[in-house]
Amino acid sequence: MTILSVSNLTMRFGGLTAVNNVSFAAERGHITAVIGPNGAGKTTLFNCITGFYKPTEGSIAMSPSLGKIVRLEKLAGHQVASKGKVARTFQNIRLFGGMTALENLLIAQHNKLQSATGFGVLGVLGLGGYRKAEKQAIELAKHWLDQTGLMARADDPAGALPYGDQRRLEIARAMCTEPALLCLDEPAAGLNPRESAGLNQLLLKIRDEGCSLLLIEHDMGVVMKISDHIIVLDHGKKIADGSPTEIRNDPAVIAAYLGEGDEDDPDAPVAESVA
Amino acid sequence: MAYALQQLINGLTLGMIYGLIAIGYTMVYGIIGMINFAHGDVFMIGAFVGIIVLTALSTVTSVPVALAAAFVISAFICAVYGFSIERVAYRPLRGSFRLAPLISAIGMSIVLENYVQVSQGALERAIPNLLPGGIVLLKQGDFVVQLTWMQLAIIIVTLVLLAAFTYLVTKTPLGRAMRAVEQDAKMAALLGVNTNRTISLTFVIGSALAAFAGVMFLLYYGVIDFYIGFNAGIKAFTAAVLGGIGSLPGAVLGGLLIGLIEAFWSGYATVAYKDAAVYSILAIVLMFMPSGLLGRHEIEKV
Repeated sequence: MTILSVSNLTMRFGGLTAVNNVSFAAERGHITAVIGPNGAGKTTLFNCITGFYKPTEGSIAMSPSLGKIVRLEKLAGHQVASKGKVARTFQNIRLFGGMTALENLLIAQHNKLQSATGFGVLGVLGLGGYRKAEKQAIELAKHWLDQTGLMARADDPAGALPYGDQRRLEIARAMCTEPALLCLDEPAAGLNPRESAGLNQLLLKIRDEGCSLLLIEHDMGVVMKISDHIIVLDHGKKIADGSPTEIRNDPAVIAAYLGEGDEDDPDAPVAESVA
Repeated sequence: MAYALQQLINGLTLGMIYGLIAIGYTMVYGIIGMINFAHGDVFMIGAFVGIIVLTALSTVTSVPVALAAAFVISAFICAVYGFSIERVAYRPLRGSFRLAPLISAIGMSIVLENYVQVSQGALERAIPNLLPGGIVLLKQGDFVVQLTWMQLAIIIVTLVLLAAFTYLVTKTPLGRAMRAVEQDAKMAALLGVNTNRTISLTFVIGSALAAFAGVMFLLYYGVIDFYIGFNAGIKAFTAAVLGGIGSLPGAVLGGLLIGLIEAFWSGYATVAYKDAAVYSILAIVLMFMPSGLLGRHEIEKV
């Protein structure tokens, strides 16, 4: 069953075509990885899916729950989370640094809380089921603080947390929007091998709780170990699509990473970790 | 000693009014990074709505009822003004170059001033003191230190407003959303926060506070004209910068300091140069603390 179906997506910036007629589908309950050399258009693709950019052409159909289809490219920015049930993290961390870890997780549940407070009016008075909603929001936040091992840092300003903790907090914050699809942009960037292994566990746990994942990653150790399905982009085009084993042996992928006809490039990332 | 105490009371009262207006400047700066120069004129409109309501009701009801009505109606009307100003003059320019909304704000300020001048007349309007009398705190020879009921009322109303406002910003989902939009509007939108609505509400709240300040200014001085928004606006803006623009406690602190400087300078030096004193102190503070007294330093990790 497909949760996200991207068809003929094209994104142009002036004369530059960053994503060129890309189509793929991500399965519900799977971890789908998007890989490719630098500048392949991975992040642009992500930005289109999560409503940061409006694609030049093509459509993105998201199925937040069974039998329901939402066209993401037609939603306003703040509706992608609420109606599309898509959440994302960024390559460079974008936490609310001046707010505590817990507050960061509560902001992610703003929609629920806001409607429970009658747009803030009843909230000021402490009426209208607001206390109950706030309590539930804190429970959900605690659940993800617990899953990410950040419970002890709940009241610290997010900006003061160590790098690895900030990465996990971003994932926790995205999960607090209760998404059907979580998009992660290089979640393992800058993590040491131990943190990276912890991240694998966390991502598998998220999948097992019923959330589908779409991730961009350079760390092939992460990609090959946990992905169910891999899509390879190069120069804005899709060049391969398949299981980790298929991708590992795909001549087009190897050529893209090593450079065609270029025999002496022993440091190319895939060659190293795939071999 | 007694004289200084009297100046302290006067300065605090004035400072509270400045502080309330300064909150509006600092909130808007924090959330969309622009100086809303029309904010002082929203304050002026608040004062005018106050005088219209008080004049209309003074013969019909008792003073407390008329006062309460003046505050509520003025806050409501100013909130509508704040909302509309943002919608008409600022939102269409969001995302254009930085100076465009600034010029638009100055234009809005001129429009509001002239609108009131035309509709209400250019002459000063006055009301009698509605809360005469006060508490005598100290007598020293001929000099009597007095805290008037009006001053007491202004201080109490301001403290209540500040408490409610602090609660709103720190504890409620709306306040959380405001802080989140202030830090990273795009990210907040991705998490489902309606940034446009949050920005509108910021204008609504700031304008309502300015309305309260306007009505209190009217009650305190008893005289207003269409031009009071300019002076009070510049003073409150100075207060916001002095306290550190973007910082809410800073706005209140800056307001109080400016009120006190004005009162003491008028009391011990010459009234004519009180504004010069205020701006000199602003210049000196900014020389040593460029981001204001409580302003945040943007620390950039490289």
